Amino acid sequence: MNEIVIISGKGGTGKTSITASFSVLAGTRAIIADCDVDAADMHLLLKPDFAQSEDFFSGFKADIDQKLCMKCGKCKQVCRFDAVRNDDNFYDIIPLNCEGCGYCKEVCPINAITMVEQNVGKWYISKIKTDTFMVHAKLGIGADNSGKLVAQVKKEAKNLAQETKKEFVLVDGSPGIGCPVVSSISGADYVVLVTEPTLSGFHDMQRVHELIQKFNLPSGCIINKYDVNNEITDSIITFCEKNSIDIISKLPYDESFTAAMMHGKTILEYKDNKINKILIKSWGKLLNSLNKKD
Amino acid sequence: MKIAIASGKGGTGKTTLATNLAYLISQKSQVVLADLDVEEPNSKFFIKGNKIAEKNVLRMIPQWDKDNCILCGNCQKVCKFNAVIKLWEEVLVFNQLCHSCYACSELCPKNALPMKPHEVGKITQFKYNNLHFIEGTLNVGEEQAVPVIAQTLDYVKDKFCDDMLCFFDAPPGTSCPVIEATKEADYIILVTEPTPFGLHDLTLAVEVMRELKKDFGVVINRYGIGNDDVIRYCEEERIPLLGKIPNMKRAAEAYAKGELLSVAIPEIKTSINKIIQNLKVCEVLS
Repeated sequence: MNEIVIISGKGGTGKTSITASFSVLAGTRAIIADCDVDAADMHLLLKPDFAQSEDFFSGFKADIDQKLCMKCGKCKQVCRFDAVRNDDNFYDIIPLNCEGCGYCKEVCPINAITMVEQNVGKWYISKIKTDTFMVHAKLGIGADNSGKLVAQVKKEAKNLAQETKKEFVLVDGSPGIGCPVVSSISGADYVVLVTEPTLSGFHDMQRVHELIQKFNLPSGCIINKYDVNNEITDSIITFCEKNSIDIISKLPYDESFTAAMMHGKTILEYKDNKINKILIKSWGKLLNSLNKKD
Repeated sequence: MKIAIASGKGGTGKTTLATNLAYLISQKSQVVLADLDVEEPNSKFFIKGNKIAEKNVLRMIPQWDKDNCILCGNCQKVCKFNAVIKLWEEVLVFNQLCHSCYACSELCPKNALPMKPHEVGKITQFKYNNLHFIEGTLNVGEEQAVPVIAQTLDYVKDKFCDDMLCFFDAPPGTSCPVIEATKEADYIILVTEPTPFGLHDLTLAVEVMRELKKDFGVVINRYGIGNDDVIRYCEEERIPLLGKIPNMKRAAEAYAKGELLSVAIPEIKTSINKIIQNLKVCEVLS
């Protein structure tokens, strides 16, 4: 079983649209995982049934029992996150600032502080329109621990793929280079970088590539909207060649992606157009690269 | 006045709006632009200017002092993040998991885990006429964006007086980096696209801003590409629609090269100026 993770560094390069298209091409051979947990969009194209859901608990927040508190202020003294407020001589926690480190609880002389585990989101296992399963999640509003929720989604997707003897797990990652991205690429077999030929897109791709190099992962690149700037496209290709990144394909600027999205469809299910042929070829090339790796 | 520019979905035009607003306003008055999308900061491609200062972002991490350690294991017990592990005769510190709470260090009976600075990013200050541009950058391989965002905001607070107009280019999403980048702001502009992805992620961003009890308005970028569901949503939810930036392939081409759209494309200059007017009507700008 191979785990393929699709990331981009920069947001809005077409990562989710392309991952959803690959999901259609992989059909029942793959389990899909939407790891962009704080702005998950793949469900809008793949139509999950949300059949199975579970709460996700991770991290803690401090809570001061006002009846016990003797107002010594030790908790406020040790907190590095300005999470203890002292108003009118009573101490309480600002939940948004609390990191859940529990230092205050350790120093409270009368055990007036408890650490409460947080429900930070929900994850789902759904049947999707390609007759396979997708594992996806919704992070609670403003919650941290998105990296841990990503790890949970991936773990469930992997288990499911093993149980049902699938060939692939297709993972849609999140933008950036921080903890959710690190979580989504750890343990991957192959990383697909979706980029666009803009100074921002190229810069962000180089940063995320530097990250995947730390994990020593093989990668390939899809240049979306390549005709927006042919010069930068050429620079991206040169960069890929230098860094042994497989060049999977170049897609032209095409508003059909959006038109298909308006109908809740991937571009492959929309009408016949030239993008479809390139995507089918890209999927084939991606599988070839995976085989070469083994 | 501090205005943060945020969005649920990435790539909707936060940086485009932030840089163009700051640039147009800087034609008449002093303004600060801070790039808080520290994982992938991109404002620098549009705001040139001279570098005038640079500073490392440090985070305090405990470092094991073998000679003083009595292997009591208290550090592992107090760490909620599994960042400090006692293994046989050794204490291991995992920098990436550490939240710099100091608990292990200050509760160690032998002072065997002193806190030491560890570089996690950079803050760079540029000046372009009236525009003061501050960029926060997270080092590749570091996972926690929040400390870099917090220190970039502290830097701005430190260098500029309270009544200075500041724009914050926030990271995408709805989780902790966004909260950090918006929690001190007086007003939030949410940028979206008129597509199903844009609308879905806008509704998430709106939930966050309501939770934070923030005043906010919406700007639609690439207007014309999808449908009017975002406009209907804003009307139903009584969210002020501050403006629309038209969808043009020419804009994508200018953006690609790092051109400021309000300089390259007159129609876009008009739409950004309209947004400034609307911010005045909403009494966000004076």
